[in-house]
Amino acid sequence: MELSHAATLTGAILVVGSAEKKISGGYTSDLLSDVMAHAKTGDALVTIQAHKNTVAVASLVGAPAIFICNNRPIPEDMIEAAAAEDIALLKTALSQFEASGRLWSAFSPS
Amino acid sequence: MTTVPISADKSPGIVLELLYSLKVKDAMTTEVVTASGSATLREIQGIMKEKAITGVPILEYGRLEGIVTIGDIIGALDSGSLDKIARELMSTSLVTIDAEMPLSFAVTYFDRYKYGRFPVLDGTGRLCGIITASDILRRLLIALNEEICRMEKRMAERQAKEEGPLPQVEMSFGTMPHDFSKAGNASQKFKKTLVERGCPPQIARKAAIASYELELNQVIHSSGGIMRMRIFDDSIEIFARDEGPGIPDVGLAMQEGFSTANEWVRSLGFGAGMGLPNAKRVSDDFFIESKMGVGTTIRASIRLDQGENQWN
Repeated sequence: MELSHAATLTGAILVVGSAEKKISGGYTSDLLSDVMAHAKTGDALVTIQAHKNTVAVASLVGAPAIFICNNRPIPEDMIEAAAAEDIALLKTALSQFEASGRLWSAFSPS
Repeated sequence: MTTVPISADKSPGIVLELLYSLKVKDAMTTEVVTASGSATLREIQGIMKEKAITGVPILEYGRLEGIVTIGDIIGALDSGSLDKIARELMSTSLVTIDAEMPLSFAVTYFDRYKYGRFPVLDGTGRLCGIITASDILRRLLIALNEEICRMEKRMAERQAKEEGPLPQVEMSFGTMPHDFSKAGNASQKFKKTLVERGCPPQIARKAAIASYELELNQVIHSSGGIMRMRIFDDSIEIFARDEGPGIPDVGLAMQEGFSTANEWVRSLGFGAGMGLPNAKRVSDDFFIESKMGVGTTIRASIRLDQGENQWN
């Protein structure tokens, strides 16, 4: 799924990165070690952890995008880190629950 | 290329040690060209020219009686007494040195007496050799060379014993306590290196997880440490050592969910008690040792020679 589509689904704005990036699924967690343990390569990360360590984790597990929920403010150094690591940052007013639900439905149509 | 650990400051110590351990007999020339007291100075001059030497000990019935030096020859040339015999003109105020003395004695003798050579006597007082400054230098060079060879051999043996095979790549990084702005940098660089070298993604990911968790463990809990990542032909090794405070109960720390992290650290998404178990889960070999007040050492390895872990 292209990020532009995922952004539309979640009402997210693209803070940094390309809207043409593709994601193949998602993982939702605010525990970075949990993300390390369970997120798959290609997953979008759905979280409220708006700091640069989240970028490091995303880069290490091969997550191409991070959705920051609840409109949490994103610090400048996180944006810079994401740009440097070529990871897209998106910001949505939705909670992790809602954002994940919308993405999950799109990936698993029933 | 390994460097030989002789520091410029300390090498004179090695030289001194050699000077004390070597004896005069180890450095002296044993094939001494001698002449009898009845030889003329002209004959002795011929011997000096032929053998390219500057001093000839004079023996009488096998005992050292004097020495004719190049200085004596020059004196004889000057006074026209080249045809006189050695017994009449030789230097008899001899300074000799005992063959069993340490070489350091010979060095002091050269300093004290300003002679170019010293006859060397054995325990019975018989001439058994002659020693010059260049004999000492030559012997020292040989001894130093032997010493360096021994050191190189020892180093190579120690390295082979301690470190096993040499890695293809070795990287190391320092970590600072609670420095979350740099946390993960070392692991990110390591993962990039792996990917650049063609490491398959699933292996690079395992290595990155182990590396990141150990790195974060140091940042969160330790008073700083080092991370060393090495890539071998058949494995990837991540080594983490910190300077304390140490883990009181390693068994407990390895249990998922157990954490001593504070609220602030937890608010950042860390300290959920998953780090060490995560690192262990992705590793094929995992070694942890911790001592209170000393620190924690962890070695996590991923083997590259089995099952799905095939690199090339």
